[in-house]
Formats: sequence, C-alpha cells, structure tokens
Amino acid sequence: MSTLQENPPPSSRRGPIIDPDYNFGSVTDKISSIVLTPGTHMGWWLGFGASFLLVMVMLWSIAVLFARGIGVWGLNVPVGWAFDITNFVWWIGIGHAGTLISAILLLLRQDWRTSINRFAEAMTLFAVSCALLYPLLHLGRPSYFYFLIPYPATHGVWPQFRSPLIWDFFAVGTYGTVSLLFWYVGLIPDLATLRDRARNRYAAIIYGILAMGWRNSARHWMRYQKAYLLLAGLATPLVVSVHTIVSFDFAAGIVPGWHVTIFPPYFVAGAIYSGFAMVLTLAIPLRAAYGLQGLVTERHLDNMAKVMLTAGLVVAYGYLMEAFMSWYSGNVFEQYVMLNRLQGPYRYTYWALLICNIIIPQLLWSRAVRSSPIALFILSLIINVGMWLERFVIIAVSLHRDFLPSSWDMYTPTFWEWSLYIGTIGLFLSLLFLFIRLLPMISIFEVRELLVEEAHRESE
Amino acid sequence: MNATSPLYGMLAEFDDVDRLVEAAGRTRDAGYRKTDAYAPFPVHGLAEALGMKRTAMPLVILLGGILGGLAGYSLQYWVSVIENPWNVGGRPLHSWPAFIPVTFETTVLGASLAGVLGMLALNGLPTPHHPLFAVPQFERASRDGFFLFIRATDPKFDPVAVRQFLQDLHPREVIDVPQT
Repeated sequence: MSTLQENPPPSSRRGPIIDPDYNFGSVTDKISSIVLTPGTHMGWWLGFGASFLLVMVMLWSIAVLFARGIGVWGLNVPVGWAFDITNFVWWIGIGHAGTLISAILLLLRQDWRTSINRFAEAMTLFAVSCALLYPLLHLGRPSYFYFLIPYPATHGVWPQFRSPLIWDFFAVGTYGTVSLLFWYVGLIPDLATLRDRARNRYAAIIYGILAMGWRNSARHWMRYQKAYLLLAGLATPLVVSVHTIVSFDFAAGIVPGWHVTIFPPYFVAGAIYSGFAMVLTLAIPLRAAYGLQGLVTERHLDNMAKVMLTAGLVVAYGYLMEAFMSWYSGNVFEQYVMLNRLQGPYRYTYWALLICNIIIPQLLWSRAVRSSPIALFILSLIINVGMWLERFVIIAVSLHRDFLPSSWDMYTPTFWEWSLYIGTIGLFLSLLFLFIRLLPMISIFEVRELLVEEAHRESE
Repeated sequence: MNATSPLYGMLAEFDDVDRLVEAAGRTRDAGYRKTDAYAPFPVHGLAEALGMKRTAMPLVILLGGILGGLAGYSLQYWVSVIENPWNVGGRPLHSWPAFIPVTFETTVLGASLAGVLGMLALNGLPTPHHPLFAVPQFERASRDGFFLFIRATDPKFDPVAVRQFLQDLHPREVIDVPQT
C-alpha cells in the first residue's frame, strides 16, 4: 500500500479519465438513460426551440437568395468571395477536430478520447452539413450545382479535373461520406444497447432497425474492430487532405496573400485549433447539463486545452511566415497585402484576429486556466471568433485590394449574409440538440472497454 | 424444450470476462466448432480463443481502395484526354500531378465503403431476427452479461453432454435456446 502511494500510476496523478465508481451496468444506464427517459427537459425544448427558430431564419435567407439572386449579398468585383467562403472554410475546419479525436487519437492509443469521440464525430457531421450549403448557395445558378458531378451529360461538358475547385468537391464529398460511415459504424453496438434497454415499443423497433441485428458476438467484434481501426487509418490522411485541398482553392490562385506554400499545413493546424475550440464550447455546457463530469473529466478538458495551445502555436507560426514571406518575396503586391492587413481599412479584423488567436490563448499555459471549465469555455468562444476572422482576413481582405488600385473596392456584409450565417449556426445547434436527445452522446461500449483497461492498469 | 420448437443451441452466462475467455478456450479444446461468445465490448483474445484466426477485413479494404483509386484515375484520364480534351494554357491533357488529389479521395472512399459494407456482409448483418433475441437473459449481452454459445448444428452437439460440459465451466446459468 505504501509503495502505491509513493508511486501513484500516471492516471491517478493527473486525475482519472473516468470516475472509478462506474461499472459496466452503471455506465450503460447513465448514458442510455439520457436518451431513453421519457419526457424531455424544459431546457432542451428552449434550446432546441431557439435553434430551430434560427433554422427558419436560414431558410428565409436562402429563399430570398434564390428569389433575388446573389445581388442580395454585398459581393462586388474584386471581392467575389467573402462571407460565403469564409463560412464554408470555418465550418469545415470545425469539423476536423471530430475526425482528429476519433481517428488520430485512436491510432495514437489516447484512451481519454473515448468519452468525447462520439459527440465530436457528430459535431463533424453537422459542421460539414453547414459547410456544404455554402458552395451550393454561392453559385450564381445553384440549380446547376450537379455540373460538378462527372456524368455523361447531353451537353457534353465535363468537370475540369485540373482545377482545385473540383478537387474540393471530391474532398469534401468523400469527407462527408466517410465521416457519416465512421459515425454510424461507431453507433451500431450502442444502438443495440438502446434496443435492448428501450421500454417503449416504437423506440425498441426503431433502434432495432438501426442496429441491424447486432448481437455483440465475439466473431462480429473481431471484424468490427479491424474495420474500425482501418477506417481510422483511412480517415487520418483524409482529414489532412481535405483542408489541404481547401487551402489549394486559394494557394493555386495568383491573388497576393493567397499564393503561398505555407497554406496547406497552416490551414490544417487552424482547422484543428478551431475544431478543438468548438468541442470545448459544446462539451463544457453538456457535461454540466447532463451530469457527465464523471465521464468527461477535468483531465479531458486539460488535454483538449493542451492540444488547442499546440495547434494555436502552429497557427501563430503560420502568421509569422505569412508576414516574413510577404517581406522576403521582394514583391510589391505581396508586401502591400501585409501592410494593408496591418494598416488598411480592415485593420481592426487583423488586430482582433491576432488578439483572439495568439495573445489571449497564451493563458492556456496556466494550469489554473486549464482546470477551470468557465475560463476554457470563454477562451473557446474567443478562439472560434478568432478563427472566423482569420478566414475573413485571408479571403475578403486579400481580395479587396489586389493588383490594380483602380479596381479596389470595399466589401460590407449585408443583412442576408449575416442572417444566413446565424441561420447555419442554428442548423448546427438544432442537429446537435436532436442528436443528444435521440442517440447516445458518449460511446457506451468504448467506455465499458475503458473500464476493463483501467482495472487492468490498477492491478498492475 | 418441447417438441414444437427444436433446440437452436445452448447458452451459458458467466460472471466476468476472464471466465468467459477461459471457457471459450476450453470449448475450443473440447472440439466444439460452431460456437460463439457474446460480450458487451470487444474482448481481446476472445474470438481467437474460439478458434477464429484472422478476418478478411484488411484484404477487403485493400481491394476497395485499389478499385477506388483506379476508378478515380481512369475517370479523370478518360474525361480529360479522350472524351473532352480541353486545352487550358497549353498544359498537357494528361496532367497527372493534377489528377492525384481526386485519385487519393476516391481511393479513401472506395476503401471506406468496402470496409463498412464488407464488415456488415461478413458479419451477416442486417439480421433482424435471431433466436438469441428470444432469450430474456440475452439482453444483458449489451450491458454486463458474458455469454458462451454452442450451436445445435455442431457435429459434436449432444444436448445432455453439452449441458454437462457447460455446467463444468462454472457458469452462472445454462440456458436452452429454442429455434424460433
């Protein structure tokens, strides 16, 4: 006993990744009861109602856009992309943390990922759904979006495979599909758990259909685990490729401020940064509302904060390199981009971005900040704002003053751009509210497995 | 068991996972082949103890990936060189470096689809109906129950001997599973 106290195992020194009082039965009941308890909490209805109202705002904005055309937005000739692509990149980036947590941390055997991977994956899926709206909506003729699909059309025109925009269509399409598959495969055993626990006949039938007759057979588990592991191995390079290709949309262009080789790694780091910030934004209120502190522990928050700090430093390096290369290039247009960011009419966005993404997040070095859920929640919101500003600076601020001063112009977002953006946040939150009420937000079978691993670790 | 519903197999429930793995190994040693085990999470070494050596999953996923990659590259080649040769700034029609991103994405897509569909197909899912679902105790397999199962079609299956064999493994209970 004395030796145990002198040399506590690493997990107990840094706080447990799961409350040691849980057992197979109680974790199953705890997580499945959130879904299966009849009667929905008032807070859920309020949250879902407010989000759903915003979905209506989104549909209204889309209806106006379709009826009156792209002219309802504030775009003009040098600034052909602004809120639309800013929001597309912002949403896609948020999605990336879900894949990172579920796939990369699985391959790295970071078992603390277990209790956060399910809703991080759901977040990915919903963020990708919001992101996918923008490339469709920003088309002048959105009804012809299917021209992107290579199919033998009577007009004989095919997509141009040498363009990054078509790469993006394949990348985001694959990413959305694979995220959905990965999420669904992860859900199958838990759907079977819900089928077996459900007391309501309709619930049992619906979960039963979705579980496809999963019966926890050891032979099935073996194939399941192999498939899941290999899917994680496939999702890992996929997630890196998606944001790399998103960055090619810019880097392959000649606009000053876009044509830089640092973009792919810098975009991927930014995606991880914003995604982890969004996971914290969602996880902190959820664990408080549903009493999940024993499953999503302070150790999880601490680990996520550290990943965020690291990604933030890589992003800071990206900003530094952008500034250095614009000076070192000796190119007057590249140099002007940087000056325009620092002193131009949109300078407040660049300075706000530096404060939100670089200066304030340095607080994460402090253990006290990392162990305070409220501080982390506020920081995560600041980083979400900062990462949105980053994309705005890269896209709209680079475009508004390109090569010829005679073509310079200012861009101001209109009401319909704001309403569409806020509407997509409503869509994202509505889907999340439905998800936490209808599906297990924590992977039940992986937590059971974690209990066994923790027990083994203690007995060693 | 009654005459109208023949036996599908025999199920034994164990108290914990270590006993289940041990019992699975002894079942294999005793010569039973049409066996399965049920646990609420993937148990390391359980399928191996039952005699399942490897799965075809890696091969299925590899083939899916190769197929996806070939399909993606040939689509781009055929469209850009044969069907719709379009001169953009004098670039070669077969600009292979520009075809790599899409080829990569279709490779991942093919492998992932093969992985998921292959896993379901090899596991025989969806299976909406299964005799085990009629066993009331079996719903613990998705909570905290650990089960070993020997199917009646096993060549060595004999109701009396199997029941005795399972009892000797010290389970919590041995249950007859009727064919439903």
